[in-house]
Amino acid sequence: MLTEILFYTFATVLVGAAIGVVMSRNPVHSVLFLVLCFCNAAVLWLLIEAEFLAIVLVLVYVGAVMVLFLFVVMMLDINIETLREGFTRYAPLGGLIALIVIIEFYYVLWVKRLGLDVTGGVAPMPEGYSNTEAVGAVLYTDYVYPFQLAAVVLLIAIVAAISLTMRRRPGLKTQDVSMQVAVRRQDRVRLVKVEVEGEQ
Amino acid sequence: MDHLNGMWAGIPANLQSFILTTLAVIGVMLAVIMAVAFSTLAERKVIGYMQLRRGPNRISLFGLPILRGLAQPFADVIKLLLKEFLIPANADRKLFLIAPLIVLVPALTAWAVIPFSPEFVLADINAGLLFILALTSLGVYGVILAGWAANSKYAFLGAMRSAAQMVAYELAMGFAIVGVLMAAGSLNLGEIVRAQAALPANGLSLGGFGSWNWFWLFPLFIVYFISGVAETNRAPFDVAEGESEIVAGFHVEYSGAAFATLFALPEYANMILISALAALMFLGGWLSPFQGYVPDAWGIAQPSFFWLFLKICAFIFVYLWIRATFPRYRYDQIMRLGWKVLIPVTLVWLAVEGVMVWLKVGPWA
Repeated sequence: MLTEILFYTFATVLVGAAIGVVMSRNPVHSVLFLVLCFCNAAVLWLLIEAEFLAIVLVLVYVGAVMVLFLFVVMMLDINIETLREGFTRYAPLGGLIALIVIIEFYYVLWVKRLGLDVTGGVAPMPEGYSNTEAVGAVLYTDYVYPFQLAAVVLLIAIVAAISLTMRRRPGLKTQDVSMQVAVRRQDRVRLVKVEVEGEQ
Repeated sequence: MDHLNGMWAGIPANLQSFILTTLAVIGVMLAVIMAVAFSTLAERKVIGYMQLRRGPNRISLFGLPILRGLAQPFADVIKLLLKEFLIPANADRKLFLIAPLIVLVPALTAWAVIPFSPEFVLADINAGLLFILALTSLGVYGVILAGWAANSKYAFLGAMRSAAQMVAYELAMGFAIVGVLMAAGSLNLGEIVRAQAALPANGLSLGGFGSWNWFWLFPLFIVYFISGVAETNRAPFDVAEGESEIVAGFHVEYSGAAFATLFALPEYANMILISALAALMFLGGWLSPFQGYVPDAWGIAQPSFFWLFLKICAFIFVYLWIRATFPRYRYDQIMRLGWKVLIPVTLVWLAVEGVMVWLKVGPWA
């Protein structure tokens, strides 16, 4: 009973926040609504006892990805009026996608009517069961190669992004740290003996 | 008394545990807030004496002359609460008001999974460490929003700096924590402390403070504390505040109660949290440093909250000491230290630790 109340409360907030993402006039508000979406999705995952995934969702998406996203959106000088111009042009495509999603929902419910329990509750896990350990055990045994492959792909993406954007422009007054570290005292400080001037 | 006991027994068990949990939560919150109040005083006193001043020495507690200065935090709180709260004309009102709460709530919620003694922890969850990492990564939103919503260039510059810095140092911090996980084999903070106890079962012969994680994970310990200082935006990494260049950074437009909740309370609560985590993960938490050196029956060999408190105080003192000693880092130096020094150090030591685990050296024997 309590689980149902929690589910519907957080699901309502989630849907509301999702509507907020597309409806708000200010892009920064949209990003923040998206953050709220992720937080609520994490709570819904907690309700089906996927606490590792829930915490990682908050840690990775909310804590890192969305921070950078917010960063970029704040820096962009977006003209909101031009963004809203294309609404009628894209409306048919949006309607089509909405229709497809609704058909998919209906399909899931239809499968359920056939007797397959796709939306059934989760059986409670035994005491001391650690979600994190279970995910780790599968990830590093059965799926070790796909897992490592995904990591390598990400690494290549990082290296590529840096090598694409890193360039040395002439005339920049950047600091060369190794030169700064290599400086000795005698390069910078000179002791001079100043003659004392006459009595004031 | 019997009457009260009778009333208590008459309450259903569900409600009983609910009342007890609520009381425990309120107790921990009050303790954290009091600790924050007195660490602001400690900061001013310690830095005062380091700079050959006396620090606050006027407002005495209970009117006793010997306690002069001890009531300073209460005077400060009353002053801040009574001050007028201004909202800039061009600010984004809603976000401007929400931002202090977004900083405050994670800073206080994280205390739910901290084990204070072998028996007492509010929520003994398996993924405790991940929970804390996730929550502390949320605090940066408050800082960014405070800077953005104020619609002021100094505040915005402070927010940008703070965001870049927090993202950079979170990685080093995460890697340092991975080392602790490899040593303890658990994400539960209580288990992490128990794995550091000088027990024959843990394969540790050094005893007492020599068996704690800091010994085998020394580079990670140092990296963790440095990134902790950077994560809390404290000196010498306080470019987000940078009063000499960008006035006061992200909280320049805040005043009164919102300033207290946005800046003072979360900053010090996070400092104490980082200190508590460093004590739990690397210095054996509530374990006694004399365990194994003196007979176990002695009082000073027993694990208790007292040891954790002492270790937290020591870390807070180091925080203040660092602030009184070092000048502020330049921004590019901060980024260089985070990405090019701390992260490689943690990666190398994780590899070393992996080899130690593989060869069953030290505590992994």
